[in-house]
Amino acid sequence: MSEKPKVAFYWCASCGGCEESIVDLAEGLLDVIEKVDIVFWPVAMDFKTSDVEAMADKSIFASFINGCIRTSEQEEMAHLLRKKSKVVVAYGSCAHTGGIPGLANQFAREQILTYVYDEAPTVTNENKVRPEVEHRMNGASVTLPAFRNVVRTLDQVIDVDYYIPGCAPTPKIAQEALQILLSGELPPNATVLAPDIALCDQCPRKDSKPEEFEYHGFKRPQWTDIDPEKCFLAQEIFCMGPATRGGCESLCIGGNMPCTGCFGPTCRVKDQGAKILSSICSALSAKDKDEIEKILDSIPDPLGTFYRYGLAGSLLRRNVKLPVS
Amino acid sequence: MTSTKQNGEVRIGYFVCHCGHNIGATIDVLKVADVIKNLPGVVISREYKYMCSDPGQEMIQEDIKEHNLNRIVVAACSPLLHENTFRRATEKAGINQYYFHMVNIRENASWVHVDKAEATRKAIDLSRAAIQRVFFHQALEKKQVSINPNVLVVGGGISGIHAALTLAKAGKKVYLVERDPTIGGLMAKFDKTFPTLDCAACILTPKMTEVKNHPNIELMTYSEVEKVSGFVGQYKATIKRKPRYIKEDVCVGCLDCIDACIYKDGKYYDEFNVGLSKRKPVYIPFPQATPQLVVFDPEACVRLKRGKCKETCVEKCDRDAIDFDQKEKFEEIEIGSVIVATGFQIFDAKKIPYYGYGKYQNVYNALEIERLVNSSGPTGGQVVMRNGEVPKKIGIIHCVGSRDEKTNIWCSRVCCTYSVKLAHLLKELSGADVYNFYIDMRTPGKGQEEFYNQVMREGVHFIRGRVAEVTDWAAEKEEQGKLIIRVEDTLIGVVRRIPVDMVVLGVGVEPHSDADKIRRLFNISCSTEGFYLEKHPKLAPFDTASDGVYIAGGCQGPKDITDAVAQAGAAAAEALALIDKGFIEMEPNTAFISEDNCSGCKSCIPLCPYTAISFDEEVFKAKINEVLCKGCGTCVAACPSAAIDQNLFTNDQIYNEIDGLLKYEIV
Repeated sequence: MSEKPKVAFYWCASCGGCEESIVDLAEGLLDVIEKVDIVFWPVAMDFKTSDVEAMADKSIFASFINGCIRTSEQEEMAHLLRKKSKVVVAYGSCAHTGGIPGLANQFAREQILTYVYDEAPTVTNENKVRPEVEHRMNGASVTLPAFRNVVRTLDQVIDVDYYIPGCAPTPKIAQEALQILLSGELPPNATVLAPDIALCDQCPRKDSKPEEFEYHGFKRPQWTDIDPEKCFLAQEIFCMGPATRGGCESLCIGGNMPCTGCFGPTCRVKDQGAKILSSICSALSAKDKDEIEKILDSIPDPLGTFYRYGLAGSLLRRNVKLPVS
Repeated sequence: MTSTKQNGEVRIGYFVCHCGHNIGATIDVLKVADVIKNLPGVVISREYKYMCSDPGQEMIQEDIKEHNLNRIVVAACSPLLHENTFRRATEKAGINQYYFHMVNIRENASWVHVDKAEATRKAIDLSRAAIQRVFFHQALEKKQVSINPNVLVVGGGISGIHAALTLAKAGKKVYLVERDPTIGGLMAKFDKTFPTLDCAACILTPKMTEVKNHPNIELMTYSEVEKVSGFVGQYKATIKRKPRYIKEDVCVGCLDCIDACIYKDGKYYDEFNVGLSKRKPVYIPFPQATPQLVVFDPEACVRLKRGKCKETCVEKCDRDAIDFDQKEKFEEIEIGSVIVATGFQIFDAKKIPYYGYGKYQNVYNALEIERLVNSSGPTGGQVVMRNGEVPKKIGIIHCVGSRDEKTNIWCSRVCCTYSVKLAHLLKELSGADVYNFYIDMRTPGKGQEEFYNQVMREGVHFIRGRVAEVTDWAAEKEEQGKLIIRVEDTLIGVVRRIPVDMVVLGVGVEPHSDADKIRRLFNISCSTEGFYLEKHPKLAPFDTASDGVYIAGGCQGPKDITDAVAQAGAAAAEALALIDKGFIEMEPNTAFISEDNCSGCKSCIPLCPYTAISFDEEVFKAKINEVLCKGCGTCVAACPSAAIDQNLFTNDQIYNEIDGLLKYEIV
């Protein structure tokens, strides 16, 4: 038993989809279990933090951490697993680039709390109760993790050795990554364990994209009768494919939906949103300000479109020296 | 620096220049050298009074050898001035010239700041950025491209004609493209030329004939440049040939068809006589038009408009030269260089309503007067006004649409002398009393001041003052039926009303209203007023920022015939220098696509302004033709997966430059 490499899975601010993706390995999961010793996996097995604390430093071969970092507890667990592991893998979009929860960085902490605890239409909170880090009552005390000012990617909190991209990582990408890590021949540090070429390379519709084109505006996929054979951008439906790492087997494209960018950018790109913006805006048909505005108005949520998974990890607002806690 | 691993040990030499007082007076050069000395990678840091001088360059070369330097940073003036100087010096010392980088601390720091401490800090920041950048520099080689010796000359006015003839005489094939049916331009409309009073037609028409007959010139009149692609040495242009509805190789210019036209008299605006006469739907612009071919105006000709006519012209033409089925044609030509000589247009005097042009029939612009005094003009050289009378008193107003903040602020350079000339001609032909109203008399150039003095002696009146208005409102009896010029005579300090029969507006010149089209076609710039921008206002007034594209004549700025011809000759000589060298060296700042990284998304292809990017269907990747690439960087910025990088501007170079620029705390 002890010969097998020890592996830990942990989740931070995430939806649980990444955990699901491990289970999605199906029979593949049994292969994994055969090769490794899972020493910590709160979502599936009963371990306590104290069990991890009791382990020797670097005794875990690899910790797979999904979700981004929003609370003090997530931060502590990330540090703890970093200490106990040889290799830390950011698993899935949230840990990798910030993911959907990273979009919360559009709002200040207080704005979020005010909405969630006071203003949301489904909330009744006459006493204006807010979560407290520590609450004393009748001599006893209960605690909650602190809610930090910003959402951070895993590598903004601890050193990360590898990344497995995706929202969630596909079984194929996850299994291949595991195999690489277990092969003993570790790739260079900070590698994203997926192909380093944009999705268009593998897209089944790539033949249908014309060489000469310009954008007159963008249609929303839910209101459009989408041609299932033709490049989304050629149909003026916004697609993140050109700016997104491939390796997902074009699953969304296969479902007749454009790429939303969950695999993040290629390693050469520092800011995925800025890159696709630069690309798209260079090809607008508009010649004057009004026309440009009109085209841009056809994208109602630019930040959520260009930075759907990448806001926390992007260059945006990075010069704001907001204290983390 | 991570690149030390991939690029070997980096040994930087830093050299900062005082440029006499240009830099030294504002920037503490010694301090800059001192701070930079301590940066990682810097082996030696020196300052010198004039880095570009021979001793300065020798110092760099000796240091390269002595200290085994492999990166050179010079902080001095603009790379436009001395980048090549230092690149050559670097190369001479045995290292690739692209290991050199230049920092501009003169135009970008000392000349634009007064605070010495801040300017010094900026010079340090700019230098630090360069130091961090050169870590990532790589050895690059210039590419050679051969030059196609054929030249395209755009515009068949005097400038274009002179340039075309110069090139043709040197044995080069020239395509001369003119949008009007004849060459000759504005000069063909003039009567006499100042200051010598040579007859314009007498000196111009022989040159026009020479153009027509020269075996090296392919004359393409009634044609326009539609599309241009390629690059210096290897341009391709598509020429639109508008239909004349005449078989050019059959028509002999007998003009019988004009006589035979169903219109007995002219009915349409005569472009050549600027509307002072009427022409028929089939016409020849003027008797010496070159080529001697008639044109059918499709807007006027009944046959072309309605498809039905008695076609008396066809009946009359015994050569069967008329072809109403002619269509627009497009011809593609290959050339290595281009001379743009599209000229200027005159200011539209209607834009100054208080001078009455278009309102009072006896207010003329200067070009109309050129036709009116011309012996082959609409009146055969008789000065007869639109009302049929001969004027007894004439007022010529200078600076109409020049030196005027409400219209054009520039001096049009030619109007003072041509107004003096018109005063002389009008007085001579009509015997009228002539008044010139000027702000300042500007008659520079050989013989022009003397000419002005001569005309003054002839008895033409000169009144100094900007005319306030031209009106027909008579204040007294003797003003009735006259045009009254209201002006402050600033020499005697009196406001005067001068009644005249005829007013001549000395209109200025301005860029053609459609000058922008040509500008875009050839990728040249223009100055704020719209004249094409020369590469250097003093040392290269005939060259442009687009390699192999030269400018000559009125399209570059207001000028007289003398200067236009001189500039056309200079532009032709530049083109000849390029052609006879046979090849050009291309700066290796080109973009390149890493095939492994390209996803084939095609985002870059429509963006390239030089059509340098093509798509390879076989491997499904984009490819850049480095000969066509001008290094503008558009595709590099737009590639959504950063599969395109650019020599001399790689991402590593730029990011590290920015990083170096923002490291304030080191100071």
